[in-house]
Amino acid sequence: MAADAAEKARGKRAALSFAAVALVLGLPLWWKTTETYRASLPYTGISALGSLRFQLTVPVAVVFAKGALPGAQWRRLPFADTQEEESLLNPKTSVTARYETTYRGATATEQAALAMATVQEADAALLPLQEDLVGALTVYVIPETSLLLPQGVGVYVGKHRSAVMRGTQGPGDVLAAISARVQQIVQAMSFTTDSITTALSDRVPMDQLGTDTRRPFKSSLGYEITFSLLNPDPKSHDVHWDIEAAVNSYVQPFLDKLGSVANFSVDSQILYYAVLGVSPRFDKASSSFILSALSLPHVINPVEARLGSSATSLYPVLNFLLYVPERVHSPLYIQDKDGAAVGTNAFHSPRWGGIMVYNIDHPAPDKAPLPLRVDVDMVRVMEVFLAQLRLLFGISQVPLPEEFLLESPGNKGLSDWELDRLLWTRTVENIATVSTTLTSLAQLLDKIGNIVIKDDVASEVYHAVASAQTAMLELASGHLGSAFQASKEAVTSSERAFFDPSLLHLLYFPDDQKFAIYIPLFLPMAVPILLSLVKILREAKQSKKEPMKTD
Amino acid sequence: MAGAGAAVLGLLLLLGSPGGSTGPPRDSLREELLLSPLPSGDLAATFQFRARWDSELHREGVSHYRLFPKALGQLISKYLVRELHLSLTQGFWRTRTWGQPYLQAPAGAELWVWFQDSVTDVDKAWKELSNILSGIFCASLNFIDSTNTVTPTASFKPLGLANVTDHHLLRYAVLPREVVCTENLTPWKKLLPCGSKAGLAVLLKAERLFHSSYHSQAVHIRPICRDASCLSVSWELRQTLTVVFDTFSVGQGKRDWSLFKMFSRTVTEACPLASESKIYVDISSKTQENELLEVTPLPLSVHEAPVQGDRRTYAVYDLLSPSLFNVSRSLNVQLKWKRPQDSLDLSTPVLHAQRYVSGYGLQTGEISTLIYNTHPYRAFPVILLETVPWYLRLYVHTLVITTKGKENKPSYIHYQPAQDRRRPHLLEMLIQLPANSVTKITIQFERALLKWTEYTPDPNHGFYVSPSVLSALVPSVIAMKAEDAEQNPLFTSLFPSSDGSSYFVRLYTEPLLVNLPTPDFSMPYNVICLTCTVVAVCYGSFYNLLTRTFHVEEPSRGGLAKRLANIIRKVRGVPPL
Repeated sequence: MAADAAEKARGKRAALSFAAVALVLGLPLWWKTTETYRASLPYTGISALGSLRFQLTVPVAVVFAKGALPGAQWRRLPFADTQEEESLLNPKTSVTARYETTYRGATATEQAALAMATVQEADAALLPLQEDLVGALTVYVIPETSLLLPQGVGVYVGKHRSAVMRGTQGPGDVLAAISARVQQIVQAMSFTTDSITTALSDRVPMDQLGTDTRRPFKSSLGYEITFSLLNPDPKSHDVHWDIEAAVNSYVQPFLDKLGSVANFSVDSQILYYAVLGVSPRFDKASSSFILSALSLPHVINPVEARLGSSATSLYPVLNFLLYVPERVHSPLYIQDKDGAAVGTNAFHSPRWGGIMVYNIDHPAPDKAPLPLRVDVDMVRVMEVFLAQLRLLFGISQVPLPEEFLLESPGNKGLSDWELDRLLWTRTVENIATVSTTLTSLAQLLDKIGNIVIKDDVASEVYHAVASAQTAMLELASGHLGSAFQASKEAVTSSERAFFDPSLLHLLYFPDDQKFAIYIPLFLPMAVPILLSLVKILREAKQSKKEPMKTD
Repeated sequence: MAGAGAAVLGLLLLLGSPGGSTGPPRDSLREELLLSPLPSGDLAATFQFRARWDSELHREGVSHYRLFPKALGQLISKYLVRELHLSLTQGFWRTRTWGQPYLQAPAGAELWVWFQDSVTDVDKAWKELSNILSGIFCASLNFIDSTNTVTPTASFKPLGLANVTDHHLLRYAVLPREVVCTENLTPWKKLLPCGSKAGLAVLLKAERLFHSSYHSQAVHIRPICRDASCLSVSWELRQTLTVVFDTFSVGQGKRDWSLFKMFSRTVTEACPLASESKIYVDISSKTQENELLEVTPLPLSVHEAPVQGDRRTYAVYDLLSPSLFNVSRSLNVQLKWKRPQDSLDLSTPVLHAQRYVSGYGLQTGEISTLIYNTHPYRAFPVILLETVPWYLRLYVHTLVITTKGKENKPSYIHYQPAQDRRRPHLLEMLIQLPANSVTKITIQFERALLKWTEYTPDPNHGFYVSPSVLSALVPSVIAMKAEDAEQNPLFTSLFPSSDGSSYFVRLYTEPLLVNLPTPDFSMPYNVICLTCTVVAVCYGSFYNLLTRTFHVEEPSRGGLAKRLANIIRKVRGVPPL
């Protein structure tokens, strides 16, 4: 009987040790060998990026010319002053605008420049005296009686990063009045809450946005600009355009200026027999054909099939189409919603490009042999396309009070402060994009266990997080240029990590198939172990009960 | 005013001014259709569209396209391509019965590209280029990788202007499995300036084109001389499409045909952008065997040209001449045979070849290639290029070349052995073909076992071996004089002719289909199940042995059988067990 019990105990121990080996050795070994490789990722950094608290610092220098400020005020003038303005876009996003204003008197050279005959000359003379820092602004305050600004103009916004404003004279707090005005100028020249909201449109509820916010192209590292001439009727029109010269003289200077924001490539093509998707309506009164605003959305799709996407790059394409209507459909005019003809005869489509209809004067059919040679007036066309290009990049005019005088940006098509405006919004947008990309990557990894993260992908993620943090810090310290560069790097790295093909390598390995393979091994091994464990448990319970019974 | 400008421009070009960037780059388009009755009674229609652009594509910055398609232009300037030749073919050109083709292409997809010498990483550029082309033409060119790409040393020379012939800049690949269909034709048609809206391209109706014995479409891009002095470069894009119609089945047993019968369309106008738009009909047999056939409407002119070593006569319809559409609004070229053609002399072409796999079993095999030279008295050399995938392991020591029962030693041989899963075999040979002879080339191979993931979805269909390529300068029957290439019909001018006495021919043999030993594909799962079972059985008995407790059993009343036996015994009156 004793030998029997010993034998029983040995059997129990053996079963238990089998279970122990399977649990301690087998399970971890199986787990380790079938695990998908995943390098460690900066999850805390990513979740920290999830809530974006932007602090945008604009360094502003206010320079008072001689006589712009009464002596008493001059003594009360602080050396520096900081104003903050916080706006909360959503619980996870807030923007704090911080204006770091320094006040000083004009130096002798600045004084000389401000004494020039015209404000344009003064602007040019003042340029070398300013700090050459992207995003930094200088406001010159001149005496109210100065003749530098024309009559009725209170503020002159120059080509570069400076503005000249007329001081106010009076019994009240001159300084307060001036600083309120400076604030207005600085907002116009850097960013407003609206422009930042537009940039963060993905994170803001739809109803808070205006209609124009969906118009500009998303921030990207590069853009392809394609000018296409559509000639649906080559039998009657032999259309020529000197696009090369037009691009060189109108578009290229503008793009050179934008060169720090993104890479651009420009090309053009002529497409024959490319027709619009809708047939225009004939209007008897004006004996012309009319394309109503309602039918414009249907115009683009059939044309786009012919445009062809860019074969060699993945950047978004901006299309500008010049449409020369067929002989039987000309002249062709675009009507707006109210039924009035559109002056430019052009329209643009948000985040896609623009279309302009170019009508041709037809001489009497018997006079000119077909096809009629047509040379496109490129100045007229490029004016429209350039305006559309500015709109699509989000360089729109800021609504300004009447007494503001804006200097025309010259042949560059873009002034320095407009570029800065673009950089502010683009930097914010880039950081928001990085945050979205990395957060979705983290969520995806959390949800799908089969995604592999290789070391190089992980290093891209680390780099993206670090660059985004740098960009935030640089924004807070007022270095717009370096902040933008850092945000660009962050976008590149995060996109590269998110779209890395190695992420998908093991994605098609569903759990049911995995278990179909493992069951033939697991079932015969697990069943005896489990059964004997159950038996042992039952016996243990019984042996606990038995002493009670014998008592 | 414009005329004066053009005159000034012309003057500048005449002077050969290098800074001739005064006007926009000129470009021109020529289109032509060649209809040639084949000796077998079928009809071959060859379309050629040539866009020529007097511009330098390899420059930085802005690019402006007119007739030249933007997609291809960007490709060339981005990847620094010197020459690009892509063909997509359905069916096989039967050289023996159809004669020498004007443009031959292997079945499936073929791509060969010469890069500029400024390209640093040719393999990377080749990979990206083939991926982009695959997108443009909706073809599976993305399957081109190092296992089917070769760098031939002698077979493929640049067809255009080239001063670099370093073959390391060349890449060549064939995908014999590729099936060509409408989805490949549509993007090809889109590259034409007139699309399929006007000109000869109106005839390209997919449902007719693919209802044929042979369909081959190609794109050839190459730099050519801008003028006779050849000081500057122009780019030429040639889009060609060859289709062979079986006239017997279409025309109810008659060999007569018309444009409408074949394409179910007629030509109404030339493409307004084309500077030349012509239809050529091969009527050579008319002159030979007087008045055998008749073409209507009457051709406006007749063109005689030496083509492929033979003098041929073509009826020419110039779509740009106003008199053509005077009588009727559309042109429907018709050809009628006056006498029923029973005995057609199938004049076999000078050079043709055939290839097959022999051997039995799934271990070894033999590839045999037969090359025929039917020229009565001239011998000529031919370059043979064989590309064999790595899973057929060639034994080069078994290479035997025999002509007329004697061994024929190749005068040049270049062999690059395969590397498993990395690159294919490449075998190039220069073989002298004696007059009126058959040369047989055999080489043995062993079939490799693939990994189970490397098999195609239908492994029992077999694995394709790409066609071998024969390039030769074939002596011509008649003397040809060198003419200005610009004036010639397009179909004569893609391949350069070295001198008057011979002409260049490139032939492709049949692609081969080889069966590889295919495993049972449920095998991995079976193996898993079997091993698991074995493991489970061993483990189970081991476990049993270790955990079972043995104790002496008291004799008991026994089981069911014993009790049953006892009941029976009781009934019988026998003492129980």
